[in-house]
Amino acid sequence: MSRLDFDVAHLLAGLMVLVSFLMLYQDRLYSLLNTFALHALALALAVAWQAQIQDAPHLYITAAIALLFKAMIIPYALHRLIQRLGIHREVEPVAGLGITMVLGLALVALSISVMLPVTAAAGTLAREDLAFALSVVLLGLLMMITRRNAVSQVVGFMSLENGLILAATGARGMPLVVEISVAFSILIAFIVIGIFLFRIRERFDTVDVAALDRFRGDRR
Amino acid sequence: MDVPTPAGASRRIGKAERGDACGYDDGEGVRTGVTLLSFLLGCVASLLLLGPAGVALPRRLASAAIYPLTALVCAALGSSALAALLAGRVEDVVLPLGVPWIGAHLHLDALAAFFLTVIGFGGFVASLYAIGYARHEEEPRRVLPFYAPFIAAMALVVLAADAFTFLLAWETMSVTSWALVMAHHERPGNLLAGHVYLVVASMGTLVLLLAFGLLAGTHGHYDFTSIRLAATHRTLAWLVLLLVLVGTGSKAGLVPLHAWLPLAHPAAPSHVSGLMSGIMTKVAIYGFIRIAFDLLGAPVWWWSLPPLVVGALTAVIGLLYAIVENDLKRLLAYSTVENIGIVFLGLGLAMAFRSGGFETAAALALTASLLHVANHATFKSLLFFGAGSVLDATGERDLGRLGGLIHRMPATAVLFLIGTAAISALPPLNGFVSEWLLFQTVLTSPLLAPWLLKFLVPAAGAMLALAAALAAACFVRAYGMAFLGRPRSPQAAGANEVDVWQRLAMALLAAACLLLGVLPGLAVDALRPLLRLVLGTTLPRQATEAWLSLIPLSARAGSYNGLIVLVFMVLAGTSAALLVRTVAARRMRRAPAWDCGFPTASPTTQYTPASFAQPLSHVFGAMAFDTAETVAMPPPGGLGPARFSLRSRDRIWELLYRRLALVVERIATRLNRLQFLTIRKYLSLVFAALVLLLVLLALWQ
Repeated sequence: MSRLDFDVAHLLAGLMVLVSFLMLYQDRLYSLLNTFALHALALALAVAWQAQIQDAPHLYITAAIALLFKAMIIPYALHRLIQRLGIHREVEPVAGLGITMVLGLALVALSISVMLPVTAAAGTLAREDLAFALSVVLLGLLMMITRRNAVSQVVGFMSLENGLILAATGARGMPLVVEISVAFSILIAFIVIGIFLFRIRERFDTVDVAALDRFRGDRR
Repeated sequence: MDVPTPAGASRRIGKAERGDACGYDDGEGVRTGVTLLSFLLGCVASLLLLGPAGVALPRRLASAAIYPLTALVCAALGSSALAALLAGRVEDVVLPLGVPWIGAHLHLDALAAFFLTVIGFGGFVASLYAIGYARHEEEPRRVLPFYAPFIAAMALVVLAADAFTFLLAWETMSVTSWALVMAHHERPGNLLAGHVYLVVASMGTLVLLLAFGLLAGTHGHYDFTSIRLAATHRTLAWLVLLLVLVGTGSKAGLVPLHAWLPLAHPAAPSHVSGLMSGIMTKVAIYGFIRIAFDLLGAPVWWWSLPPLVVGALTAVIGLLYAIVENDLKRLLAYSTVENIGIVFLGLGLAMAFRSGGFETAAALALTASLLHVANHATFKSLLFFGAGSVLDATGERDLGRLGGLIHRMPATAVLFLIGTAAISALPPLNGFVSEWLLFQTVLTSPLLAPWLLKFLVPAAGAMLALAAALAAACFVRAYGMAFLGRPRSPQAAGANEVDVWQRLAMALLAAACLLLGVLPGLAVDALRPLLRLVLGTTLPRQATEAWLSLIPLSARAGSYNGLIVLVFMVLAGTSAALLVRTVAARRMRRAPAWDCGFPTASPTTQYTPASFAQPLSHVFGAMAFDTAETVAMPPPGGLGPARFSLRSRDRIWELLYRRLALVVERIATRLNRLQFLTIRKYLSLVFAALVLLLVLLALWQ
């Protein structure tokens, strides 16, 4: 593996982590969706580069799926959804942005300190990739728990899934079937969540999940 | 007769060994094909199949067919296991069942064969008894599907040679026996019994699971051969020993884990009670021996402390409960607790001697324990069957409503008397032999180097002596209240003798009690391959001793001859009876019984169970019970009756179980809040757990 191959792979995976941080920082839904599209684009590029350097043509299909669904169709659909719901002005981060960012940094440090010693036997590329992928997964989770809005929780969930795909492609030889099934399950989750969003909206006039808790009689 | 020193004894073993028909290759036993093991597994499989057959067969036929078949299979199982024990066979087989990369390892050696013999014999006799007993069973379909599989599961525990198979069989044993306990769930108290049993059994299995996890180590080799080879770290092994003591002790009934036993054993139908008390507790002891003696390897002296102390306490406390108990079957269950204590005491002694390098003394202690296992299996089954017969004839378990049954049920009365004499350790019956051997071991305790053991072992011996004396008192009371005197209720007055199958089963057991008591040398000899396997040494051969004497260490240290005792007792008894008949009472006189100043002799003028136990419970009861006696005397000249009232609360139940239940309930109430979190909080919990694990992983490196 040449020096360039490694550096580019490193760059693209690092880009995903960076975009994850960007997503944590967004406080408007539209810009959040745009950033998510960028995230998916970075994923598509990273996967395509893996396909190139691993001589694994089926990974190109993965990259294409990521590009088509995650970078285009899902952001577009979510755009439409937000327009129809009329909630394009809402985003309320739960914790302060600064604290969230610091937490995110700690998570990245944690995932690197966990992954690098554990995968000592694996190749350098896979090690770095796995560390980045775990960071993306953890940042996605962090996003899910720091947002109140159901749409941004969906976005957090899908960025988490992007991290999983990054890990899978870096680790050489994830079967295409698995990948496609993962992609479809994400799509179905997206559809289901979309339907629920409408239902929630119809009933409560808001997609703030706190309304659900209030409805259940929770004192917060 | 020569007086062998320990060195002489070992020389003599060597000579005797060469003369044996089967040669041993250094403690490994005779490694042969798997013919016997596959036969035994065939027996287990057919027992398992008899369970569903109990449901499939028509109702009328099921009871009449299943029990004889079970008896046949159990007889085959027991006798082939006995053959394997005598020949010292070692057989292995790995079946492609269970967890894929482990498989089901099964192993037959002398230790397994000994316990299989006990299981087979116990199952055989219980099934014989059930042929008669189950005729009055109103709901046979609740018992039959679980009865034979219960025996099969016990046999499988003994044959298992990897942790997975062992635990699976162990759990099957627990669940099937639970179902049998719940057969009459509509009776008051049985639901509580089942619940407590289930909780304690799951706790025990959980603890055993942890023990096996520690034994398997980080490599995760779960078969016993790998565990044996991998040396467990000292401190870890000590932890494993404690876990195993709790895990198997909860099944066997060690204090304070005994609470389920007097609830659950009596709740089952009587033949199952006999199996649970006589056999299932022995399977738990097998588990302890297999792990503590076989898998853990050579002990350190302080390993012997927990079984010693807990065993001694269990022996005494179990009997203190038994002595004040009015329910006949519960009384027997408490006495099981006592006997389990005796066995564990012996096992602790064996560990102590083994750690000090006194192999012969260790072999003697282990022999005493194992003999007591076999003996208790026989006489406790006999006593439970006797109690079942009483229950069958009168519908009563309460001693206060029995009495005078010796006239109505003479055969049961005689057989029950043999059982009570055996369990009270009276010669020439079998209970005496094992307890005598155990005392012989206690007497060699000055050999031990650690000072703590030098003091502790004689103290444990004193507890053992106290337990033996209390046992005698307890069974005098039980027998006297149930069979002697006059009937205390119309049911007892109208009792009828039970049918021939029940009497046959009890007679077989009584014969076994006598046989094991008169010919203990043969039993000790049968255990020699087992001792060689577990300890690497054996006791001298007993069969060659003159007059079938039992000389465990040396003739100077002590010897016992059951045959001579029996002959002497028969001679003395007959001549005394003849003398009384011919000289003292030539004329038969018939006088009113219990006519102590009461011309209208009502049965209520007899001792009641409570009044008979009162002196003992007054002296010893405070150890186990929180008692308060109040006596209200009328003022001088007053005409009101004096009243005596006794309030007693079970200390262990109050202090341990009830408090534990309270704590669990309080925690559960607190944790109930977790059921009503928001989605985001749930997600945060998951996230926090993930991060925590990752941090641990990062720190671990």
